Amino acid sequence: MNDTLYLAWRYLVYHRIKSAILVLAIALIVLIPAVLQVLVRQGQQQLTSRAVTTPLLLGAKGSPLELTLNSLYYGSGVPEMIKYGDCSDVAYTENVDAIPLHVRFRSQSAPIVGTSLEYFDFRGLSVQEGALLKRLGDCVVGANVARQRGLSAGDSVISSPESALGIADEYPLKMRITGVLASSATPDDDAIFVDLKTAWVIEGLGHGHFDLSDERAAENVLSRDGNKITANASVRQYQEVTDENIRSFHFHGRRSTFPITAVLALPEDRRSMSMLLGDYQDNDTVQLVRPVEVVEELLQTVFAIQNLVLTALVLTGAVTLLLVVVVFVLSLKQRAREIETMAKIGGSRGRILGVLATEVGFVIVLGVGIASGLTWLTTIFAPQIVQQYLMG
Amino acid sequence: MSDIIEINDLHFAFAGTTFRLQVDELRVSLGETVAFIGSSGSGKTTLLHLLAGIRTPESGSVTVVGRDVSGLATASSRDHRVCNIGLVFQEFELLEHLSVLDNILLPYRISAALKLTREIVDRAQQLAESVDINDKLGRYPGRLSQGERQRVAVCRALLTEPPLVLADEPTGNLDPGNKWKVVDALIDDAKRRQSTLVTVTHDHELLDRFDRVIDFSSFHASSQTAEVAT
Repeated sequence: MNDTLYLAWRYLVYHRIKSAILVLAIALIVLIPAVLQVLVRQGQQQLTSRAVTTPLLLGAKGSPLELTLNSLYYGSGVPEMIKYGDCSDVAYTENVDAIPLHVRFRSQSAPIVGTSLEYFDFRGLSVQEGALLKRLGDCVVGANVARQRGLSAGDSVISSPESALGIADEYPLKMRITGVLASSATPDDDAIFVDLKTAWVIEGLGHGHFDLSDERAAENVLSRDGNKITANASVRQYQEVTDENIRSFHFHGRRSTFPITAVLALPEDRRSMSMLLGDYQDNDTVQLVRPVEVVEELLQTVFAIQNLVLTALVLTGAVTLLLVVVVFVLSLKQRAREIETMAKIGGSRGRILGVLATEVGFVIVLGVGIASGLTWLTTIFAPQIVQQYLMG
Repeated sequence: MSDIIEINDLHFAFAGTTFRLQVDELRVSLGETVAFIGSSGSGKTTLLHLLAGIRTPESGSVTVVGRDVSGLATASSRDHRVCNIGLVFQEFELLEHLSVLDNILLPYRISAALKLTREIVDRAQQLAESVDINDKLGRYPGRLSQGERQRVAVCRALLTEPPLVLADEPTGNLDPGNKWKVVDALIDDAKRRQSTLVTVTHDHELLDRFDRVIDFSSFHASSQTAEVAT
């Protein structure tokens, strides 16, 4: 090793704690703004890419942001419900396809997305293992859900109660996994997909139980009036849809009144889009939003906050750098005798300054190197980090 | 025997003080061991610095190892010192962040005029062995006794095998046992290599070991010439 490098390195190694603190300070000065930039850029990219592929979104009147975050990124905030009939209304419009969404329930932390099979085509989702939904009570899981929970086709998942005490209307449902989706690096990787009817079963709108016309169910029956049988509360409802009990599952009420959280409206052309927007412009109960506009508005707020944070970080960094310089200058004063010794035994001013400058150089290079490495790692894992911590 | 030190009509003063050093004539031969004695402030250390080229006289000539160092440019003076003079200081002047071996090798690492080779490292280890610190080569100076530190400093001064060694109170901070070890190491080396040793000391017990003793007491007071008091 070059003598100058060697002497500088030995000094840093001997004063390893002081050196480590300086390296860490330099690394943080570089790392924090860099990581912030990477994550914000990744977040912007993920939000925007999802939004631009979703032309229109129909949901209840209220916050367009909550509707967009719930429908596109499966955010935990659930917007007001609309009726399934609203989806049919959109679908009846000329040159417009409609995909219903029911994003209310979760299995542990994974959102349960009730939808139709068209959704998989629309998002370009393919099955990596197994098959898509076959019947009521089936589900397919996103790649991350499968990986994190060690699930595969043939396993099952159970919906979680919405409230901590589990006393809400919904019923936990054990769902059969028919397939695992290939990773798409989108929020779909973290979701569990079910047919809309399965979501309604969880909601309590559909259920299956013993055949009450059977004589063996006498103790559950309060009264019989022709085909009308009234049962008491002891009738046990099935917690799982099986090939044996699927026939007993049925829904009460009109399907058009059943709840959904949103409708993905997919006009075939700009004209259809304009017409649809016009149709819903003055609607009192539902709103039709363009997700890309909602996301842009959100990003403007994010950028404004980012600029504030960056300004604060730059100021903090400048102060930290100043402190690093002060520490170095003070250490030079402490080392005056050592420097004099090096000069007496033959060190030229240039060589001595070279050793001192190399020490500073090592600290800067190590600090920036660590920051660069961690920023590089952040860049690699940014999609997952953003998906898990910022959009989860 | 040829003179390795030759001083003629030397005048030196520290700016802003009344201190003045004047040496009309002083000669020291190659292979001679000389002790400078005298009261504090009599100019012993200053003369060592003038010989080493660390300080420059107002007037006069200071010829060391065949070269007048009084008018040398800083770089030339430094290179002349590195190649021809070994320095030992009272306070050892070791670098705390370097191991014993690295401290001994420091002249070769810090000076562009010297090149560190495998042979030099071997010589450093031999020197360390000669003063009984070869088992401490990997230690830092902070973990050595005072005597061990000064022996490290002696090894560093002798590593370049200089024809002249200047030692400024090398035993000033040492206990009696270590004092003799250090002095013996310096004198034995000078005798073995036929080099010159000039030592500043206050310790009169050591004087018998030197070929010549130069008393600075009257020298500074009269500001005349260096008296030789053998």
